Amino acid sequence: MAYLPGRAVAEALLEIEGLTKRFGGVIAADEISLAVPAGELHAIIGPNGAGKSTLIGQLSGEVVSDSGRIRFDGREITNLPVYRRSRLGLARSFQVTTLFPDFTALDNIALSVQAHAGHSFRFWKNARDEPELREPAQTALARVGLIERTSTLVADLSHGERRQLEIAMALAARPRMLLLDEPMAGMGLEESARLLEMLRVLKGSITVILIEHDIDAVFALADRISVLVYGRIIASGDPAAIRADPGVREAYLGEGAVDG
Amino acid sequence: MSPIPAVQKAWLPGALTPRVAINVALIAILALVPVYTALAGETFALTLFTRVIILAIAALSLNLIMGFGGMVSFGHAAYLGIGGYAVGILAKEGIASGFVQWPVAIAAAALYALVVGALSLRTRGVYFIMITLAFAQMIYYVAIGLDRYGGDDGLTIYHRSQFGAVLNLSNRTAFYYLCLGLLLISIYLVWRIVNSRFGMVIQGARSNERRMRAIGFPTFRYRLVCFVIAGAMCGLAGALLANHTDFISPAMMHWTRSGDLIVMVVLGGMQAMFGPLIGALTFLVLEEGLSRVTDYSNLILGPFLLLVAIAMHGGIDGLLAGARRG
Repeated sequence: MAYLPGRAVAEALLEIEGLTKRFGGVIAADEISLAVPAGELHAIIGPNGAGKSTLIGQLSGEVVSDSGRIRFDGREITNLPVYRRSRLGLARSFQVTTLFPDFTALDNIALSVQAHAGHSFRFWKNARDEPELREPAQTALARVGLIERTSTLVADLSHGERRQLEIAMALAARPRMLLLDEPMAGMGLEESARLLEMLRVLKGSITVILIEHDIDAVFALADRISVLVYGRIIASGDPAAIRADPGVREAYLGEGAVDG
Repeated sequence: MSPIPAVQKAWLPGALTPRVAINVALIAILALVPVYTALAGETFALTLFTRVIILAIAALSLNLIMGFGGMVSFGHAAYLGIGGYAVGILAKEGIASGFVQWPVAIAAAALYALVVGALSLRTRGVYFIMITLAFAQMIYYVAIGLDRYGGDDGLTIYHRSQFGAVLNLSNRTAFYYLCLGLLLISIYLVWRIVNSRFGMVIQGARSNERRMRAIGFPTFRYRLVCFVIAGAMCGLAGALLANHTDFISPAMMHWTRSGDLIVMVVLGGMQAMFGPLIGALTFLVLEEGLSRVTDYSNLILGPFLLLVAIAMHGGIDGLLAGARRG
């Protein structure tokens, strides 16, 4: 039973149809269909191994789907390579932080700016002296509250700071859609709160697909939530509807988990 | 907003760190070698240091892809051989002009790099190393099969590349300064490349290629171009080497030569502009010195290299710069 989106297809920035992925005998994505309209913050929740990260991988292009289609902004992107999708405005953050450790915080973001500033077959000018790259990077760094860490090597940043930097990098690319894979994993309370606030500010100006284990954060932030279990979307709707859905409670949330 | 002072490896004068001081001293000493040999009336030092400089160019090109780009090529001596054979074969066929020989040497090495890179850069780690090695072995055996050009025995080059009235390569001092000049230009070029946008992509791909693709870089084509630039530079070193020794043979691209180049880069310090020069100098002088003292020079050289690899992260340059990383 594939869930069919209730909204008009024409509005959707991202449209997924019958997306399937098998790893050997395991079905990681089972006929997933979903439509995410522009501006929506769409959370995907589900137990471990439900296929959340696989779905993000399929959307960003790192995981090749067995079947199904992905449309982004009305354009078929099912078979586009990762970097092409990124250039169309689909940015992702990684679950395991994968920044460039021997670059400074600013270098990392400048690289992200550079990726979207034309080709990089420029061999002469010092890239670290180009205001065209450095200034937007500094703005993005300030946005996530890391401005005082500008010249710090990523290797010397705390875990939470790296996660913030990770998001700053995604933002610096000025994406149309942000795929956030467990952005709060391993963060302290204070850092989580700051990130939550940041997402709240971002909300509306950018379309977000959020995978997150912190259920409270998800219910506080999301416009809509889809529940993924064994590669299937078993429910999709606004937070209230998901909270009330008996199937969801049984399969995932557990009785009483979201009461009160 | 002022540009942020980079944490890049400073090597240009600006702050007189021990590293900068030593690099400057090194250039000064190299510049004075012909003066010394003229005064002392011997040519051995000039021959040795010419070789050091030429192999430093080869090691520099390897550092570009291996140190900065993370592409561990175990077949880099093949470019030396291709550059050398381009000069030798053209000389044998009566084309003595350096204005033809050297561009051909560079172009042939670049073309070879394009083919090897296009195939090998799709793989990673050990597979990449093995493919670059396999290609180099292939070229090695092709050279052995070239009966017209000496086959296994190699080929003597009777006339060095001709540059008309501009330059006489048979003048050892002039040739030495030409090599030194080309080395310094090459170092400068690599420095520009590494710090350019292109260099950022190359270094980013070394650090995390998957991530580079995710933020929107088609990494393959950048790595391939980098691979070709390195090949071309090493092809030039090969042309120089053939002129230096007046001789080419398959031995110049034996796989152990590729190993030597890797050792030079690691010894001098990966990602250091002067690392390859320091590495080539240390390696060749040690090799030469030890072989005079004992027949078992490798027995000393081997453990020494092991020590450097294990104990000194960043090679000799790392020592000069102080602990670079935790």
